[in-house]
Amino acid sequence: MIMNRIINDPDLVVEDAIEGYVAAHPDFYAKTDNARVLKYSGSVKKGKVGIITGGGSGHEPAFLGYVGKNMLDAVAIGEIFSSPTAGAFLEAMKVADTGAGVACLYGNYAGDNMNVKMAIKKATAAGVKVKTVVANDDIASASASEKEKRRGVAGEILMWKIAGAAAAEGYDLDNVIAAAQKAIDNCRSIGVGLSSCTIPAVGKPNFHIEKGTMELGIGHHGEPGIKVVPIETAKEMAKTMLDPIMEEGIFEAGSEVVVLVSGLGATPVMELYIYYAEVERLLRANKVKIYKCYVGNYFTSLEMMGVTLSVMKLDAELKKLVNLPACSLGLVQE
Amino acid sequence: MTEIAKIDNGTDIVDDLIVCIVNNRDYLSEIDGAIGDGDHGINMAKGFNICKHRIDGKNLSLAEAFETLSDSLMEGIGGSMGPLYGSIFAGWAEAVQGKKTLNSNEFKEMLLKGLSELQEISSAKQGDKCLVDTLIPAIESFKKANESGKTFHEALIIMKQAAHDGRESTRNLVAKIGRASRLGERSKGVLDAGATSCCLLLTQLIDSILKRII
Repeated sequence: MIMNRIINDPDLVVEDAIEGYVAAHPDFYAKTDNARVLKYSGSVKKGKVGIITGGGSGHEPAFLGYVGKNMLDAVAIGEIFSSPTAGAFLEAMKVADTGAGVACLYGNYAGDNMNVKMAIKKATAAGVKVKTVVANDDIASASASEKEKRRGVAGEILMWKIAGAAAAEGYDLDNVIAAAQKAIDNCRSIGVGLSSCTIPAVGKPNFHIEKGTMELGIGHHGEPGIKVVPIETAKEMAKTMLDPIMEEGIFEAGSEVVVLVSGLGATPVMELYIYYAEVERLLRANKVKIYKCYVGNYFTSLEMMGVTLSVMKLDAELKKLVNLPACSLGLVQE
Repeated sequence: MTEIAKIDNGTDIVDDLIVCIVNNRDYLSEIDGAIGDGDHGINMAKGFNICKHRIDGKNLSLAEAFETLSDSLMEGIGGSMGPLYGSIFAGWAEAVQGKKTLNSNEFKEMLLKGLSELQEISSAKQGDKCLVDTLIPAIESFKKANESGKTFHEALIIMKQAAHDGRESTRNLVAKIGRASRLGERSKGVLDAGATSCCLLLTQLIDSILKRII
């Protein structure tokens, strides 16, 4: 089947994309011994805790786009929508270690959990100390009573931001982990999908969303959502998504929050702002104060249409850390 | 007399496993395409081919050959299949360390070690519509046959049937894990790709061992 995609060989899209990223941004990326691991090319202070992540491709700018100053030090890159190998996670751990240990901050998916677990075994044997935080911000993926089953989605970016800042501030490994854990514990996300996406090597859409409908709670790889409903206006959609987030009970009148609105790849940025305006209005009506917001394509799913809403509650420490400047391809903050 | 299998040529035994997966590359992807990503055969063949390059022309013990296969899968393919199969083969490699022959008890220990390595990283259960739906009943049937006094040969034949039945059982299961779980009830009626590749591998392994019983 002929696809309208800008590729060479469908089996080599990840390799070819990495080449492009490295060629375009030598100020961010340096290659490593593993073709599926990139590390930050800038200078990293010795004794700083290494911050790494890893995940499947197709979510750009996640995951590699968050390698940079005061952000991630290295990233393991998997096939499209598929976990990186244990070997890739291991290499990322090794190159990010400056002696202070490594925080591996990733999303709750079966493949990633297994590969990270095996990589840690080998890293430990090689003398690299690794601790993890597993993101589980997607409230639609399991009920609050089964929080350990929830998947990680766009809230991971806020976790990386906080941990990257904490490491830059000189936190030790345990304290970096505690900050990252607090960030993700304080974060809730939910997505809505308006169309499917096609992995080039597969050649046909991964799943199907009927025209005129939207899937509430869809996962970043098309995992099933809570329900399929007729498409709503931006205003209704904001309420449909924010209501279950508020029902989690961690945000209250007077809370200060960070809001992250990410497109899933094919939704025009303009529409993300139409949506954001509605989210902002609703939060204001709930007397929740938006301290900082990010709107754009931060964590995508190939060419899916749709949006993810993430809200993270702040305390004094998180506020300070989220404010620290950061410079990466996906997130620049003065 | 106790039957034993001569397993000194590990390269050949693992090579037969590689051929079996590579020959079924398209078949496995096709099954996976019905309810999953459609890449199971592609990924498996990719990992097994990496092993092929590493063992070709080498005279490896079975432990070394299993270990190479395990490393190839863990380093070569990510996702879930790399670590799942990688762990099973790592467990097998450890269990046959230093052995040139295997008796029925030792083969049982090998199977159990592979399973315990797998269970260390995965909580997949029988009924989840995945590879353990083949693996667990196959191992249990061998264990039972072995412990009830069946010969090595007889126990292997019983295990082969159990692996086949286990694979077939996935046809009527609703997927609980992996991408296929998205389909819920609609995942019924088709085989699970992991359970199918597991059946292919166990069947090939059983045939290789049967051939080597002296």
